[in-house]
Amino acid sequence: MAKVTLKGLSHSYLKTQSSDADWAIRGVDIDWNDGGAYALLGPSGCGKTTLLNIISGLITPTKGDILFDDKVISGLSPVERNIAQIFQFPVIYDTMTVYDNLAFPLRNRKIPEEEIKVKVHEIAEMLELSSTLNNRASGLTADGKQKISLGRGLVRSDVNAIMFDEPLTVIDPHLKWILRSKLKELHQKINRTMIYVTHDQTEALTFADQVVVMHEGQIVQTGTPVDLFEKPKHTFVGYFIGSPGMNVLPCQIKGNDVIVNGKKIETHQKIKKSNFIKTEVGVRPEFISFSNEGIPVKVLSVSNTGRHKIIDTESETGKIKIIAKSSEDIPSGTAFLKFKKEYTFTYGDSWIIE
Amino acid sequence: MNKTVNQKAWFFVIPVFVLVAFNAIIPLMTVVNYAFQETFGNNVFMWEGTRWFKQIMLSERFHASLGRQFLFTFIILFIQIPLGIAIALTMPKEGIGVPVCLVLMSMPLLIPWNVVGAMWNIFALPDIGFLGHSLNALGFDYNFTQQIGDAWFTTILMDVWHWTSLVVLLSYAGLRSIQPAYYQAAEIDGASRWAVFTKIELPKMKKVLTIAILLRFMDSFMIYTEPFVLTGGGPGNATAFLSIDLVKMALGQFDLGPAAAMSLIYFFIVLLVCWVFYTLMMRNEAKQ
Repeated sequence: MAKVTLKGLSHSYLKTQSSDADWAIRGVDIDWNDGGAYALLGPSGCGKTTLLNIISGLITPTKGDILFDDKVISGLSPVERNIAQIFQFPVIYDTMTVYDNLAFPLRNRKIPEEEIKVKVHEIAEMLELSSTLNNRASGLTADGKQKISLGRGLVRSDVNAIMFDEPLTVIDPHLKWILRSKLKELHQKINRTMIYVTHDQTEALTFADQVVVMHEGQIVQTGTPVDLFEKPKHTFVGYFIGSPGMNVLPCQIKGNDVIVNGKKIETHQKIKKSNFIKTEVGVRPEFISFSNEGIPVKVLSVSNTGRHKIIDTESETGKIKIIAKSSEDIPSGTAFLKFKKEYTFTYGDSWIIE
Repeated sequence: MNKTVNQKAWFFVIPVFVLVAFNAIIPLMTVVNYAFQETFGNNVFMWEGTRWFKQIMLSERFHASLGRQFLFTFIILFIQIPLGIAIALTMPKEGIGVPVCLVLMSMPLLIPWNVVGAMWNIFALPDIGFLGHSLNALGFDYNFTQQIGDAWFTTILMDVWHWTSLVVLLSYAGLRSIQPAYYQAAEIDGASRWAVFTKIELPKMKKVLTIAILLRFMDSFMIYTEPFVLTGGGPGNATAFLSIDLVKMALGQFDLGPAAAMSLIYFFIVLLVCWVFYTLMMRNEAKQ
């Protein structure tokens, strides 16, 4: 039950750092409100687990501060920070029963047995573990074990934040859905700050109110799922989120005009200046349509997913994917594309030009 | 799917059968032969039935050496297992310390058994040995060749020195296989160091510890060379463990019948204890 703030946080696993690549995390600033559900989204190795372990206190950052409710807690141990963390692989205490597993964090904090009993039964009820409370924990299936891990994180009512480190990796797909909605439900019930790390966009977008996208140790964008989809601030967000991802094409900027494949196109922003090394235009496949004029392309293939068609086309400077309605007629051979102006953005050195 | 019946395949089993026959079955059958018969040489045998077995089972001497054997084995297990785990827990987990510790730990295991016996014999001699002389200089009345307590003390110390490393290496391997997430979760759950040890480390080490206890039980129960070189079973019969007593009977007194019967009883005790121990340890596993 706390606001989590990260200020100028950087971390490196090396003793000396010579280039950006030596940093696992670079200059991270975050404000997470009390009671929010947040997701940290990014590919493997982007530093999201490192960031999580820094917040929980398992790793001491090289630079920067961590604040809970505006109090600096950088030097405190995980116990003193009073957070809960659930790991990628279920961690259970083999020799204990399910009940004892759930009671363990409370017993370590010397809470009276009667209180523990009430709390454990309440959590077991939520996670549908009541019928197995007296069983040995080691006998359960992977999802049962992960539920215990979740339960141990949720059982303490006074935690500052609950953190999840890709907790559904080892769970079967159909159980994933159930557990994920369970988590969402729990968040609404207990209303505590939850931080959820994942590389799966569906998980992040369904769980969180605010998604933080990480790329090579940096935060590239924070926003609601809709923001991330409709206005990616970095080309990485564009192609990491969405299926298929955003089309990114090289462009030239001449004065105030954006030129792709020799054609002037309209984008969302007004371009005032350009001193970038690399300039690109990004547009999602959802926001491209066939037209009588525009960017000339060659249609390569059409695949029908049932709900919609995905069309692969080739332009002078690269491939462009288009999503069209299942019922739409697709021209063959040469065609022309029109980009929806509001959803077409110009990027300078991978960052959106404001 | 039906399997084809082809009895010719048995021919392929013959080489293995012959090998096993020569290195195990035939020698064992010789012992069985002696155990049920009396011989005065010249390949003349007389049937004695279970006489030697009865004699051994009722003999005070056998009871005494069996008692000494169990006492010795329990003492060294009681010292080596906890000590081995304790050392493994304090060993470094990364860096240059790891190979250094591993090599140092393996050293005693690489020394031939009779050399270990000879080393400790000289080391412990009361007049010239470093250990014996030092103890006497410090005011202890120490003489392992004369005093029963000192002989036991030296034998146990030698075995602990020689074999604790095995327990250390097995425990260390078990400890290293524990995922870091377990320690992190325990830290977040607020577990004490003792709780981490009893709730995570010990349960995760259970399998390797079962193997360590089994190996140390079998080896110490069949121990021969080291005490033979160190004390020769003395003073008197004070450190004459089962195998030392057995060799005395078979080769010293040339009582082949009783010695053969004793070998078989010895063999069955080892088998029985190992089986009972293993079944008990694994029964819990099956329940889970």
